[in-house]
Amino acid sequence: MQNEMIKSEVGIVVEEYDHISLVKLCRYCALPAESIIKMVERGVIDPIDTSLSYTHWQFSSTSLLRIQTALRLQRDLEVNLAGAVLALELLDEIKQLRQEVAYLQR
Amino acid sequence: MRSFHLEQKDKLEIGKLFRARSLAENSAAKVLSVIVIRVRGTMEYKDYYKIMGITKDASQNEIKRAYRKLARKYHPDVSKEKDAEERFKELGEAYEVLKDPEKRTAYDQLGANWKAGQQGFQPPPDWDAGFEFHGDSFTGGTEGSAGAAGFSDFFESLFGRAGGGFQSHSAGAEHYQMRGQDSHAKVFIDLEDAYQGTSRNLTLRSTIMGPDGHPQLQPRTLNVKIPKGIKAGQNIRLKGQGSPGVGGGQAGDLYLEIEFNPHSIYKVNGADVSLELPITPWEAALGGKIKIPTPSGMIDLKIPENISSGKKMRLKQRGIPAKQPGDFYITLMIVLPENLSEEDKALFKKLQQTNSHFNPRTKLGLGK
Repeated sequence: MQNEMIKSEVGIVVEEYDHISLVKLCRYCALPAESIIKMVERGVIDPIDTSLSYTHWQFSSTSLLRIQTALRLQRDLEVNLAGAVLALELLDEIKQLRQEVAYLQR
Repeated sequence: MRSFHLEQKDKLEIGKLFRARSLAENSAAKVLSVIVIRVRGTMEYKDYYKIMGITKDASQNEIKRAYRKLARKYHPDVSKEKDAEERFKELGEAYEVLKDPEKRTAYDQLGANWKAGQQGFQPPPDWDAGFEFHGDSFTGGTEGSAGAAGFSDFFESLFGRAGGGFQSHSAGAEHYQMRGQDSHAKVFIDLEDAYQGTSRNLTLRSTIMGPDGHPQLQPRTLNVKIPKGIKAGQNIRLKGQGSPGVGGGQAGDLYLEIEFNPHSIYKVNGADVSLELPITPWEAALGGKIKIPTPSGMIDLKIPENISSGKKMRLKQRGIPAKQPGDFYITLMIVLPENLSEEDKALFKKLQQTNSHFNPRTKLGLGK
């Protein structure tokens, strides 16, 4: 093990993806399109342009992370999708407030 | 209960202990139940009741309630506790055992043999006599939330590997494919690293099929490049570096969330970085060039003359060199020498006299 060359991995910063198409989002999250559409209907994520039909939907890169967090919350805390969305929104708010507090305090 | 060692030579080092029912018990129709116990001398006994904060006589309902409450408290996505990931994993493991009456009874029996203060822990060879654990109760678990590692050695030595530990024995089972789970981990870097870019060696543990047909945990070291300009809270996605797929399925992805170690002098807000800069009263009055630190090295800062304490200066694009580079803010703080000599005081008195008309508090509605 020790003598083995360690492969260097270059990842991609998720937040710097421009847009993610519905197809790509399905692939990255390993979810069928129906599940993603349900997530949009329930407000977990929003397509950038909601007026387009779903085959043309594009999402911001952070949608990927939101879906994953929603899935984890559902699985680990036994909440339904609506509960997960509520938690996500409150978490966003808390995160922002904490950042402000940390910035002001020091 | 009969137990026998198939391989005497490595019975404790590699720790393969096979439990098999006596041949008489095994009718032809019955599948031989084989449990692999990996014995490790330094293993720590885990008090699942203590982890869940319940007593040994807790009802299944109480266990469920305790789990739900603690899961909300320690869920890595929700919790602000520092050791949330670790606690949540422990909790998941404890719940995995205690929620299942079969496993709980087996665990209780084991606990009776365990003395407090005992250093290492080793399950007795026949501890699971009369129990049969089913692989299918391991499907969910808590993997995914805490990196690529599974349950503790303690758990695995008793109940096998979470996720597919027993499936390798079911010859002729339907072939199925499953994509591996995505893994998540947090990586702490210094602010300076975000200016220059850095790399980190990460050790991940993933399950592979060993030469003897049993799944094994294999540590794997990954050198991950962390690009210049990364901000706290951003995620790096490494395709195919998550958990391996099952049955030839695709591997999951690895997500690394970046956090900054707290810094002694800089504050960070998104891509903007700020510094509180102490200056002398005469620097504030006369201006001048002073050396100041920035995360990318020392620079010369030109202070304009007659600048007050609390004033902010902005160095454009000297923040984190992200796609949209941040700025570097300097807040000036006028600091006096700790001790003023009589001569100093005389000079300040002179200033007082020549500026008798100056009142910085007019905005506060205070006259002289």
